[in-house]
Amino acid sequence: MNPFQDYNDLVNRRQFLKRGSMGLGSVAMSSLLARAGVPGMGSHFPAKAKRVIFLFMAGAPSQLDLFDYKPDLHKRFKEPLPPSVSKGQRVTAMTKGKEQLVAPSMFKFHRQGKSGVYLSELLPHIGSVIDDICIIKSTNTDAINHDPGKTLFCTGAEIPGKASLGSWLSYGLGRINESLPDFVVLNSAFWSGKVNVQALYSRLWGSGFLPSKHQGVAFQAAGDPVLFLSNPAGVSREGRRRMLDLVTSLNEEHLEQVGDPEIQTTIAQQEMAFRMQASVPELTDLSGEPEHVLDMYGPEVRQSGSFARNCLLARRMAERDVRFVQLFHRGWDHHTALPANIRGQARDVDQPCAALLKDLKQRGLLEDTLVVFGGEFGRTTYGQGKLEVDNYGRDHHPRCFSTWMAGAGIKGGMTYGETDDYCYNVVKDPVHVRDFNATILHQLGLDHNRLTFPFLGLDQKLTGVNEAHVVKEILA
Amino acid sequence: MKYFIGLLTVATGLWAGAEEVSFNQDIRPIFSKHCMTCHGPDAGLDEHGKSKRKGELRLDRAEGPEGAYRVLDGVQAIKPGDLKGSELWRRITTDDADDRMPPVKAHVDPLTSAEKETLRRWIVEGAKYEDFWSFVAPRERELPVVKNKKWSARPIDQFTLAKMEEKGLVPNARADKRTLIRRVSFDLTGLPPSLEEIEEYLADHSEDAYERLVSRLMERPQYGEHMAKYWLDLVRFADTNGMHHDHYRDMTPYRDWVIQAFNENLGYDEFVKYQVAGDLYPNPTTEQLIGSGFNRLHLIIDVGTALPEESFTKNVIDRVSAVGTTFMGMTLGCAVCHDHKFDPLTQKEFFQLYAFFNNFDGEPETGRRSGSDFKRGLQAPYIIVPTAEEKEKMAALDVGLEGLEGELKALQAAEARDEGAIKAKEGELKKAQEARGKFEETLRGAMVMKERTEVRPAHVLVRGAYDQPGEEVQRDTPAFLPPLKAEEGTRDRMDLAEWLVAPENPLTARVEVNRIWQQFFGVGLVKTAEDFGAQGRWPSHPRLLDHLTTEFVASRWDVKALVRMIVLSETYQQSSVAPRERFVADPENRMLARGSRFRLDSEMIRDQVLAVSGLLNLEMYGFSVKPPQPAGLWKAVAMPSSYPREYVADAGGKIHRRSIYTFWKRGMPPPQMSIFDAPTREACIARRERTNTPLQALVLMNEEQYFGAAKKFAEHLFEVPELNEDQRLARAYETVTSQEPSELTVGKLREGLKGFREYYGGNPDLAEAVAGEGGDEVSRAERAAWTMLVHSLLNLDVVKTHE
Repeated sequence: MNPFQDYNDLVNRRQFLKRGSMGLGSVAMSSLLARAGVPGMGSHFPAKAKRVIFLFMAGAPSQLDLFDYKPDLHKRFKEPLPPSVSKGQRVTAMTKGKEQLVAPSMFKFHRQGKSGVYLSELLPHIGSVIDDICIIKSTNTDAINHDPGKTLFCTGAEIPGKASLGSWLSYGLGRINESLPDFVVLNSAFWSGKVNVQALYSRLWGSGFLPSKHQGVAFQAAGDPVLFLSNPAGVSREGRRRMLDLVTSLNEEHLEQVGDPEIQTTIAQQEMAFRMQASVPELTDLSGEPEHVLDMYGPEVRQSGSFARNCLLARRMAERDVRFVQLFHRGWDHHTALPANIRGQARDVDQPCAALLKDLKQRGLLEDTLVVFGGEFGRTTYGQGKLEVDNYGRDHHPRCFSTWMAGAGIKGGMTYGETDDYCYNVVKDPVHVRDFNATILHQLGLDHNRLTFPFLGLDQKLTGVNEAHVVKEILA
Repeated sequence: MKYFIGLLTVATGLWAGAEEVSFNQDIRPIFSKHCMTCHGPDAGLDEHGKSKRKGELRLDRAEGPEGAYRVLDGVQAIKPGDLKGSELWRRITTDDADDRMPPVKAHVDPLTSAEKETLRRWIVEGAKYEDFWSFVAPRERELPVVKNKKWSARPIDQFTLAKMEEKGLVPNARADKRTLIRRVSFDLTGLPPSLEEIEEYLADHSEDAYERLVSRLMERPQYGEHMAKYWLDLVRFADTNGMHHDHYRDMTPYRDWVIQAFNENLGYDEFVKYQVAGDLYPNPTTEQLIGSGFNRLHLIIDVGTALPEESFTKNVIDRVSAVGTTFMGMTLGCAVCHDHKFDPLTQKEFFQLYAFFNNFDGEPETGRRSGSDFKRGLQAPYIIVPTAEEKEKMAALDVGLEGLEGELKALQAAEARDEGAIKAKEGELKKAQEARGKFEETLRGAMVMKERTEVRPAHVLVRGAYDQPGEEVQRDTPAFLPPLKAEEGTRDRMDLAEWLVAPENPLTARVEVNRIWQQFFGVGLVKTAEDFGAQGRWPSHPRLLDHLTTEFVASRWDVKALVRMIVLSETYQQSSVAPRERFVADPENRMLARGSRFRLDSEMIRDQVLAVSGLLNLEMYGFSVKPPQPAGLWKAVAMPSSYPREYVADAGGKIHRRSIYTFWKRGMPPPQMSIFDAPTREACIARRERTNTPLQALVLMNEEQYFGAAKKFAEHLFEVPELNEDQRLARAYETVTSQEPSELTVGKLREGLKGFREYYGGNPDLAEAVAGEGGDEVSRAERAAWTMLVHSLLNLDVVKTHE
């Protein structure tokens, strides 16, 4: 333990602790000093989850074709959406002023698991683990376009500049492993959806106003998994060790002369970098994974950069106590040719998601790992572009969409919230993305109202200035 | 354990003293933190249509029907001097959970006993209210009385010394000359001193050697580049639009202008006016127009995705918020949806400011992909800013065109019309016109601000929603600040700009002076450089800040004079060496009892490494450049049709230009910069965080340019053949650190080098990978060993630290 490093952390986290339930009491102090290896160090109450895996479906999957079963809608094929349902809601520039004709889902839904929850035929594997999953059908958001939508979900505000969920966790809870980053991002390098692929932005995993040490580390599918991880050509691990020994010896001499304990932090961080040079390749090396485990995740697990591979990596990170892993899978923005594109997308994620839950469960990790799945908004019940029984598109829809959570104290085999017969408005138990994020924090033992950081004259929160509520009904 | 709690007391109790409780200093922060959400300036209605202010009471002011002194139903919230007669005291001390303030449902923290004690003392002492410090114009302050008469007669030093004496501290000794030249070179040019510069300065024993050094540094063009770096964070300068496709856009003429403005020492008042309203000068100069591009630096979404009305509103809000952070040090954006919770800014006043900026004569979204504007990253309105050469060529083309037009006219006017000849001439003319058009499309353009002739009305937007206009508003400034002079109805952005730099404006100069101070000491006198409002931090040296501000305005906003005044102070020249306890007691050096030691910004680290290895290319101005970065970063976030989608690194000398010229994609900024806390440039940032992370260590260890620099550096060391090994080691050490190595250090370097020699001697393949194919095995091992030695030096803590 390095008291000066602790002191640094202490200063950085002072504001947080001051707002914590324990104030600056001795309990907080002692847990702070026992920095490494103590889960829930800065939590407000006992946590159910030790870590989180967030499966972000960028582009916004259609809830109508995957999760939210509307058996009677096929009777209304091509009927105009009644104004009493749409209520003059704002639409995007793409469908503004156009006729809104109902496009029922062409996919069949079946009851799954003991719980008998309905699920689309596109998700057979997820169906096999449905009893571990809670589907939230009443998720809703403010944003109607991708960029603000993703930014709102991931950072709590549509306008860039705020801190992302993972960076809040890093700031609030600290690290639980000593040789890997505490917030890792895994972006799929390819996907099946071929229309309207949307961009990502590093702010989605950025630290905003929080110190940058809390920002997510995006692993790369090719080259170094962590930027600048590998030694230059001609420098082996032994060479790096020799170099660091010299550097440390000189830095220590300087510390003697100057007195600034920050130099000690530099030495410690260089050592951590050296450890990461070993621990990250060990993490990403799948050669020790048995065939039957690889097979669970499906054939694409053998391809670097696939969603399946990233799910397996997420499991390996959970095992190594990386606090927050966020996967981004793009390709869900199906304004046209939805059926063809969503089939591929569902295939990309269905088996890997199910395998991830099973794999975590068989290792006893699902108990304290929260897995969440969702995109930035939903899609309209009315069609966009060509409208045939088996070919249609859907525009953006912020008023309702489906997400799910599993593990770490979430009730499985249930659905929460209801939408109307058109799947247009929430009619029961709305869950704003703010509430969704507050619930994630809650499972980690954090009160979203007390996890704050002062910036721009405001005690900033992940859930922003509006009220947010933990969805208690889905907690076991 | 006790040890740490002791530290905390020092850290948080810095401003608590035995003197009288001050409303601004002690009470306002407590109210702000625990009470203002319900008892503050925001008089808006909540979602149920009820006033958000509870109990008809506001604690931010004493007087008025809802002020803290008011008596309502026989109850007085605060009765000066009378604790028992003050309902506030009863409510914060009662055991009755229903009565206790703040209530649990408000989701704010309960008051600590220390806070209650402060409130108690304040009420007993008479509960005096004060206007908020930063909203009162600064005034010239008398120099404080100090005990130590010997240290320095400079006003800055008198103020800092008074504070030190108050806290029982003494100033540190002056830094040695080597440390000083290194520090001031970084602070004024962003670059380390060369060995020759160090030698020259050491040899200069005259009294004003340091002053002349400062003058030399400030005359360098690199001064402007360095100063501009901070400004570009503040105004969120970048090379892409920042939204949706995050396409390319070119604002680089604005960057060039900022650099030039600092180098030519344009008065800060003019600097502000060019940016807020450069287009509204009568017959604006090119520079004034380029400066007005400040209003175009906001994020902007591509056409065809959002609704234009919504995009328009977002742009204007972004523009107004930028003015707030950049020039006023205020978070105006809080008042988009409701009255400000903590500062006396109403929602209506926000939209009165909005009204100055909503009359933009241009599209609220980017243009379509077709046409040359898209490729050039330009969105109308813009002006063409050709180089002198290009101007000449343009003029020549124009002369040619005129000639052809004349010839055509002559042909058409001829009595005997030769239709064939006319047709031929017309063809020729058309070709020449096309050629000119094509040439024009290759010229650099500068996006500028432009007013519509007919003024667009502005409304309060209900809850900030673009499609819910409320009351119509006129252009005006907030009531808590001095009034705008211009008549209602005629007011434009120029009037607003004049108002910002009027001598009675309490914010503009203060905010800038504080930011400049922050550059040199790592932390501003007001730590929250972005927020001078009620939620911001109290200044560590309020009188010093007032003094500097009044001097600054009196000097006609002379930035160079201000910088000079700061770096010539003894406060600045103190050594940063101190006993460990002093660092622990005051980690950010708020008491200024030593020189500030803090991590350098990413640009300074990279430019330094390039400079000491002889690679730095000092070419100035122009389009952004792309030094190498790891493959695939852009592609991993871009859309298939993002322009550009993939990062293609430049080649040749361009990759070694100063970091201020590095291409900045907002969706994925250069990792070498962002890993060292550079912001994304999506929002206005007045100060960067400074962290110390393993990812930073990895950049310095493994990034291509950093390791390449070590190789180059090692080669240079052998260009001076007369040096022996120890001299060569000393030279390498001195080049990197500006210091001479101690005997102990030379010993360590020798030992290290020996180790590297053995290592590469035993691993010829590795040696070749580092040193290339030239020479024999022994010389390759030698070059590789020296490369590793230099590489080690470039990873020292001191390389990334302002000392």
